[in-house]
Amino acid sequence: MSAEGGTTGYIQHHLTNLVVCSDSAKVDGVCTGFWSFHLDTLLVSGVLGLVVFGLMAMLASKATSGVPSGGQNFVEMVVGLVDQQVRDTFHGKSALVTPLAITIFVWVFVMNAMDLIPVDFLPVALQAATGNHEMPFKFVPTTDPNLTFAMSITVFVISIVMGLKVKGVGHFMHEVFAVPFGIKLAPINLLFRIVEEIARPISLSLRLFGNMYAGEMVFILIALLGIYQLPLALPWELFHILIITLQAFVFMMLTIVYMSMAAESH
Amino acid sequence: MNINATLIGQAIWFALFIWITMKYVWPPLQKAMADRQAQIADGLAAAERGKNEQELAAKRSADALREAKEKSSDLIAQAEKRAQQIVEEAKGVAKVEADKVVAGAKAEIDQEVERAKQALRERVAELAVAGAEKILRKEINASAHADMLVALKQDL
Repeated sequence: MSAEGGTTGYIQHHLTNLVVCSDSAKVDGVCTGFWSFHLDTLLVSGVLGLVVFGLMAMLASKATSGVPSGGQNFVEMVVGLVDQQVRDTFHGKSALVTPLAITIFVWVFVMNAMDLIPVDFLPVALQAATGNHEMPFKFVPTTDPNLTFAMSITVFVISIVMGLKVKGVGHFMHEVFAVPFGIKLAPINLLFRIVEEIARPISLSLRLFGNMYAGEMVFILIALLGIYQLPLALPWELFHILIITLQAFVFMMLTIVYMSMAAESH
Repeated sequence: MNINATLIGQAIWFALFIWITMKYVWPPLQKAMADRQAQIADGLAAAERGKNEQELAAKRSADALREAKEKSSDLIAQAEKRAQQIVEEAKGVAKVEADKVVAGAKAEIDQEVERAKQALRERVAELAVAGAEKILRKEINASAHADMLVALKQDL
């Protein structure tokens, strides 16, 4: 809760990342250069990931084929759901696709779930703890396009590598230059292919970013209503449970689809 | 939207988590789930087999029971027949033996009667002779009337 600026200031403060950078990247004392880091995004996503995947790895290391413990059962349920999607969609053979899909679903879900914590709760607690009452801190990493683009670009790179590996360089190049109009129209084919390939990571990342950003924005606006936020925050929160799950699922599902398109011939 | 080096940091996090999942989360879980699936399949197959075997065993036991019943009733019938036979035989033997004893007794009685008759004959003749001797001592010679005495003896 920023001390100055009123409503606009409050909203802006909530939408500002905690940025750090070296002095050389500063313009007028503000980090706007490329070599600056969103410390909140990096920390929250990293800590959440370490906790959740560490927990999963711990449970997996104790996994038995006998009667599973409650934790193992839960992890198996989540992993089994993702694996079923992969089996239904991806027909190639790859040791990477299922772990990739599991990572995306679980990680995006827990990061989105940070949205369910009331908007001022953690920032105010952190401000009180550090003594810096002006410090911005965004607790939902998926509202940072840096994160969503990092994920979608990684998926894009993996899909290209997988295409090259499964089809071989020759077949891959043939698809790039000779599909769908034949080798005589190679430049047009290449252009189509580039548009197709570039559109995927952009739509993938902007979909997640847009949904979460908008959801967060609604939470902030509701938080501005004072006492009236109570009857409004709950329904939006309940509705948001659906959105965070759905967005995690959509990101995972599209990744699987892109992987299967990369691994199968057109 | 300001894109900056956070992108690189997030890509590193992402890669790290993919690696963790790929190495430490997915393989053990996959193995556990596949093993459990195999175990369940085995268990179901074993249950099916057990059920079949149980049905077969029930059938076999029913067969055995029926056979035993048949056999026992056969045995009882045979035993009854044999008992009757033995009784019949015993009856026959007893009858023959009884007849033999009766016949022996009859023969002995006949012999005794004959012997008694003979003795009586002897005794009657002697008595007759003794009586006649006493009568005739005075007047008749014994030798002169011997023919008549012999004829008398024959008549008795």
